[in-house]
This record gives sequence, structure tokens and C-alpha cells, in this order.
Amino acid sequence: MKALMFGWEFPPHILGGLGTASYGLTRGMAQQEDMEITFVIPKPWGDEDQSFLKIIGANSIPVVWKDSNYDYVRQRMEGRMSPEEYYHYRDGIRYNYRRIGTDDLGCINFSGRYPDNLVEEIGNYEAVASVLAHSLDFDIIHSHDWLTYPAGVFAKHISGKPLVIHVHATDFDRSRGNVNPTVYAIERRGMDEADHIMCVSELTRRTVIEKYGQNPDKVSTVHNAVEPLPNPDEFVKHERKDKVVTFLGRITMQKGPEYFVEAAARVLEKTDGVRFVMAGSGDMMNKMIDLVAQRGIADRFHFPGFMRGKQVQEMLAESDVYIMPSVSEPFGISPLEAMQVGCPSIISHQSGCAEILQHAIKTDYWDIDAMADAIYAIVKYPALYKSLHELGREEVNNIRWYDAGIKVRKIYDRVIANR
Amino acid sequence: MKNICFCFQMHVPYRLKRYRFFDIGHDHYYYDDMQTEEYLNWLVETSYMPLCRTIQDMIKLSKGKFHCALAVSGTVLELFEQFNPEMIDVLKELADSKCVEFLAVPHAYALAGEFNENEMIDQLEKQGALIQEQFGQKPVSVWNTELLYSDEIAFHLQKAGYKTILTEGAKHVLSWKSPNYLYLSAASPKVKLLMRNTGLSDELSFHFSDPGWYNFPLDAEKYANMLAGLPEGEDIINIWLGAETFGVRQNAGTGIFDFLRALPYYAMERSIGFVTPAEAVKKLPATEVISVPYALTWAGEAKDMSIYAGNDLQQEAINKLYAVAERVRLCSDKRLKNDWLKLQDINYLHYMNHIDQGATQFESAYDAFINYMNILADFLQLVEEQYPTTIENEELNELLKTINNQEKEIQKLNKELAAAKKKKEK
Repeated sequence: MKALMFGWEFPPHILGGLGTASYGLTRGMAQQEDMEITFVIPKPWGDEDQSFLKIIGANSIPVVWKDSNYDYVRQRMEGRMSPEEYYHYRDGIRYNYRRIGTDDLGCINFSGRYPDNLVEEIGNYEAVASVLAHSLDFDIIHSHDWLTYPAGVFAKHISGKPLVIHVHATDFDRSRGNVNPTVYAIERRGMDEADHIMCVSELTRRTVIEKYGQNPDKVSTVHNAVEPLPNPDEFVKHERKDKVVTFLGRITMQKGPEYFVEAAARVLEKTDGVRFVMAGSGDMMNKMIDLVAQRGIADRFHFPGFMRGKQVQEMLAESDVYIMPSVSEPFGISPLEAMQVGCPSIISHQSGCAEILQHAIKTDYWDIDAMADAIYAIVKYPALYKSLHELGREEVNNIRWYDAGIKVRKIYDRVIANR
Repeated sequence: MKNICFCFQMHVPYRLKRYRFFDIGHDHYYYDDMQTEEYLNWLVETSYMPLCRTIQDMIKLSKGKFHCALAVSGTVLELFEQFNPEMIDVLKELADSKCVEFLAVPHAYALAGEFNENEMIDQLEKQGALIQEQFGQKPVSVWNTELLYSDEIAFHLQKAGYKTILTEGAKHVLSWKSPNYLYLSAASPKVKLLMRNTGLSDELSFHFSDPGWYNFPLDAEKYANMLAGLPEGEDIINIWLGAETFGVRQNAGTGIFDFLRALPYYAMERSIGFVTPAEAVKKLPATEVISVPYALTWAGEAKDMSIYAGNDLQQEAINKLYAVAERVRLCSDKRLKNDWLKLQDINYLHYMNHIDQGATQFESAYDAFINYMNILADFLQLVEEQYPTTIENEELNELLKTINNQEKEIQKLNKELAAAKKKKEK
């Protein structure tokens, strides 16, 4: 089974949960022996782990035919691909993309991030997909998130191979309902064209069915999982006087940071000896700092800024409570990461991961009383902390990407058989 | 002659209200009366009342030959009085028929037997007094909470004067022995044990309407044949069920009530009689001794305490609660004592089980634990206000004794004074 996957991020250079999920899923799927995955991303950095799949950088694929000699190509593509491979892709160019600005090898320069001209970049990615569809051999196309749907759809039209799309989020989650019409149109077209739609949670699945008018038979749920930590005991919790309650993520409307602040104020009314941390950055950060000041709890509320890599796990391991009051979270992998290092988690019912977690406390995102109560209880009742700490860790260690991969594989098989 | 010993058990907990941590120290009422009433009435309507009516029918149809026992907790009696007095009337009618034995049940349906034996005895006596007052019977046979039993519990019960105890006929205790005999307790040969026949009881509670079960469909005749077919000498068959088996677990549509109504006829046709535990003890010999070193209950597969005290949350709640047992026993504040009883309800522990939460209104075991611990925190604070923990229990006991005795002391001294005065006058 050969799968051609279109993604946007891949570790170690990631900006959000999409990269983590892409990595975990492909790694889980690669454990199936006959699975061959080619993963396309706009701009690889060269330090990606390619031991279990092949990564193709869209910025190394020629979309405009340029006459370049062998030695020059070898010199320019050093470390990325062989001249033979380059010429092979160049033979796959069937359409005229001279309107797109390309370099001397006919390749497009992608940012690989989420720039202002994102829609243009998505279009360019589509051009690359056409070349790949003409030059590669594969059984199925798999597109991760809306940025790559157009590429997947185009590849499907060219190759006639089935397309499955993976919905990691919808614009309804990102915007609390005020969707961007351009984004919606792209998402909608991708879903309409797809042979099957995989969602990261039942919550997302319902959104896809209800808001995007998809046939429920065509939509399945494949919950995310979490990569096991190589050395879980590396992270330890130091004894400290104050308990630490942590929020970690983009400080944006979607993540519900203001509910965290309100809950914190409730807890501090009744007790001291608790500190609150809001790690991350985002467009609501200044507003949150204001709110904290208004509530008069600034002495107990900290904003350490954006954290990455190991810092995240260290922060989580040091925390007594991790809280994710997301207003709408398609899945939300970070509570699982917190639980991996033994940190009890409070999550909102409006988070997809709530569907598969038993040993976490769940409240509605708007129910600051319940949230405050949960924080207070974990901090004050050691038995509760202990249960969540131990059972949570055990639970998360049993949520494996391998199983998610098997589910995806079954969907592949079904889609191919139904063609 | 074979005998069926039927027991039906009734208990309904007070529903706890949503109690947040900021209520601690402000709000000392912990119950949601509306929910309690609603649940109780629903249960009475769908199960308890039809069951009692069916028992009345059975007594009538069998011309008084049908006998059975009822295990009714003090809590549920209080709730009947408060919300559904009709139930009390029906129970009175049953008591008047002389065919129904009321069993001694810990008042608040608590696990006190395992954690504080004085509390268990107190609760049995409290419930016993209530039964005596309402139904004119003094309970003599003990149905401990969830049939909780161990040699140690038997020892304490025997000391308090109880000589008949009901418990689960668990495989790991009986091994090759049959539950269909009367046994003696290892704690004292004076104490007789009745062992529940798990298989034949489950036949009704779990399998009655299960089309996949090999005995399906089960009717009264078939069931009577099963009982009649038991080996010679197995003379007491203990069919003990939660009353909610009738109407809730097996809803009326399954025909469970008709099954029950028809049973005495088919049983008597095969010359099988009916006894209550107290009658069984008088009628049947007991020879063999059963030793139960560890707590035994009728709950779950393991038939032990694991459903109620198996995880860290439950352990913590139990430890915190029973840590103040002695203090609360010393106190005379009525409301405190009342809350103390209510908070021991086994259901609150059941709600904290991760796998099976029973009839919980909470979303998860954690949710139940948080709510309960907040309530307990408030309760413990009240206890603390009455009797600071800085004073040791024994010291406190002495102090209380002094306070309680000071009246007597004053009288005594007055007398002496008067006597002395008289002497002086002389």
C-alpha cells in the first residue's frame, strides 16, 4: 500500500498540533509492514526524521520546465535529491505554471508557515501536487488539514486514485463560529471531493456533518494518540511551597484563556498557596494581562511566554494541574502530553480528547465554578492528585498511534475496495 | 423438606447537591431534596410498591404459607415517612400479616462494620428501634450493608446480642460446600449463618429477561423444578435480591411480578416451603463452621469490598470520614450526628468507582469525589469547631464525662453540705 500524503508541518519545525499529529500518525502507520508513505510538505528543513517515510519538499519539485545541465542540478540539489530524481519530476510537468514565480530550477519558494498570502501558497502547493501526481506511483492520496485539500483534490483528478482527507480542525473551531468564507469554501470543496473524511474526534465529525453538509457514512472518527516518551522519568517534580496550575497553548479566543483567569480568581478568593501560569503567546495575551490585573491576582499569575520542545514537558512535569479550557478543540493533544509526565488534567467537554480520556476532569469551558472546584480539589485532596497522576499516566500510555494507524489503514482498504 | 428464604432489600440514599469548595464554611446543608424525592418516588412507583403488593398477593394466594424477609434501611424509612408515607402503610400491612420478618440493617446503609464496629452496632440499634416503633417487631437477624461479613464482624455482632447473620454464599468462602445449609460462624458457635445462593438469585436479578441465557424463558414452574431438583438435605435456599430487581433491573414488562406471584403455588406443589431467616434458624440444624477472615460482601465478581473501597479516592474518603467517628459519637449535636449518619451512605463510595458507578448522578468518579470531599471538608470543620483536634479523644472523653457528671456531683455536694449543716445545727 503506497500512500501519498500532503501535509503542512513535520517535526522538529512545527507551529501547532498538526505537525505533531502528522508525525505520530505516519510513524504509527509505518509499523504496518507493507505501508509505504510519501509525505509532502512545503518546506523541509532537512533535519526531519526520515527513517520510516520519505519526505518530499514541495520547494524542490520543479513546476516550470527549465533547461539545466546535470552538474548544475547536482550542485543546487545537494542533500535534497539526485539529479535523476529531479529530471524524473521535471518530466511530470504537464501544465503551464509560468505565472508562478519560480527559481532557476523551476521550483517554488515556499515559506512553510502561515503567511499572509496563505491562499496563494495553497494554490502553489496545488501546482506541485499536479507534478507529483504525474510522476509518482501510489494507491491512495491522504490530505492533512484544509491547507492541503486543494493539492489532494487535484492529485485525485489527475491520477484517478481515491482521496481521503484528515480533518485536524475546521474553521468553526478556530473562529468560534465566524468562519472565513474563503477558508470555508476550500474546506467544503475538499470534503465534497473526498472519498472519505477522517476526523480527529466525534466532535469534529459532527461539525463536518452538520456544518459542511457531508454524508455521515463518508465521515469517520480516528482519534489522535500520543508518542510515548523515550525517557518518562527524566522529568521530575520538585518539592515547592506553592502548587502550580498551568495553561499552555496559544493565547487565543479558541483556547478560552479568560475562563482560566476567572477560575483562578475564584480559587484565590478561598485559598493561597497556589500559583497560576499561562504559558504561550497569542493575540489575547495583553488582554489577559489586563484581566489578571483587574481581578487583583497579578502577584499569583505568571506569563512566561512561548515555550518549545523540552521546556514544555519540564513545565508540565513541574505543574500540579494542567488546564485546557478550550472553547472548541478538535482534539487537543496537550492534555495527553501533560498526563504522560504525570500531571493531572482538567479539560473542557468541548475538546475532542475528552471523548477518549477517563482519568481527567472534564467541565464545560464556560463553567468557571466547576473549573475552580476541580483546581481546588486537585490541589487540596492528595488522593485525587494521586489517582489522576497514576491512572492518567497509565491511560495515556495505552493510547497508541499504532492503533490509530490501523484504523486509517482499514479506511484505506475500504475506500480502495469500493472504487 | 426444602424451604425458600426470600429476602428483599430496600435502600435509597439522600442525593447530594452540587457543593463547590467556596460553599465550605458557609453552607451546611448538603442534600438535594428535590432530586431525592423524585428518585425515591420513581423507585417506589416502579419497583417497591408493586413488589409489596405482589408480596401481599402471594401471602393471600398461599393462605399465609408464603413467608419472606425485608431488609429496609433506616434512611429509606425516613425518606418514606418524609416523601412517600403510603409506603410505610404498606409495610405496616405486611408486618401485620405476620408473614414478613424485618431484618436488622445498619441505619444509614454504611460500611461501618469494616471501619468502626461500635458505629455498626449503634446503627443497627437505631434502625431496630425505628422498626419496632413503626412495625412492632424487634429485628433479630442481621443484614449488614451489602451483606458485609467477616469473623470479626460476627464477633462484635454476637457481643451485641445478634445470633443470626446473613451473608453472601461466595465460592471463595464455601469452596465445595453448598450455600443451601445453615452454618455456624467461626467467631462463635452461637452465631448462625445463612448464605445467599448466588446462582439462583442471579437467575432472577441478572438473567431473567436475557434471551441469550440458557434458562430463558424462565417461568415459575421451571424455577420451582430447579429448586426441587437440588440434592437431598439442602433444605434452605436463600434467594436474596435488591428490591429494585423487580421493576427496574427487570421491568414489569418482563413478567417478573407475575413470575413471583405464581411461584408459591408451584413451590408448594413440590412441597417446598417458605421461611424467614429467624424461622430457619429455629427449624433447621447447623453443623459446619464457616471461617471468613477477610471482608465478604455480595458486590461484584470479587464479592469483597473492592467496589466500595478499592481505589485511592474511596480509601481517602473513608479514612477522612471515620477518623472523626469517635468525636462524633461523643457529641450530642443532633444535626452533626444526623449528617454523620447520612454521609456514611455506601452509595457515595460507589459513585467514586471508576468502572461501575451505580445509580450515580455524577459525571465521573472524580466529579463524585470532589463533591463529596467538599461536603466532608465542611462537615469536618463543624466537628473541629465542636471538638478541636488538639484534644486527644481520651482526654476529650474524660472532659465530657466530667461535664456530664457535674450535675450529679453538684447534687451530691449539696447533699453533703446540707448534711453537714444539719450536723452543725445539732
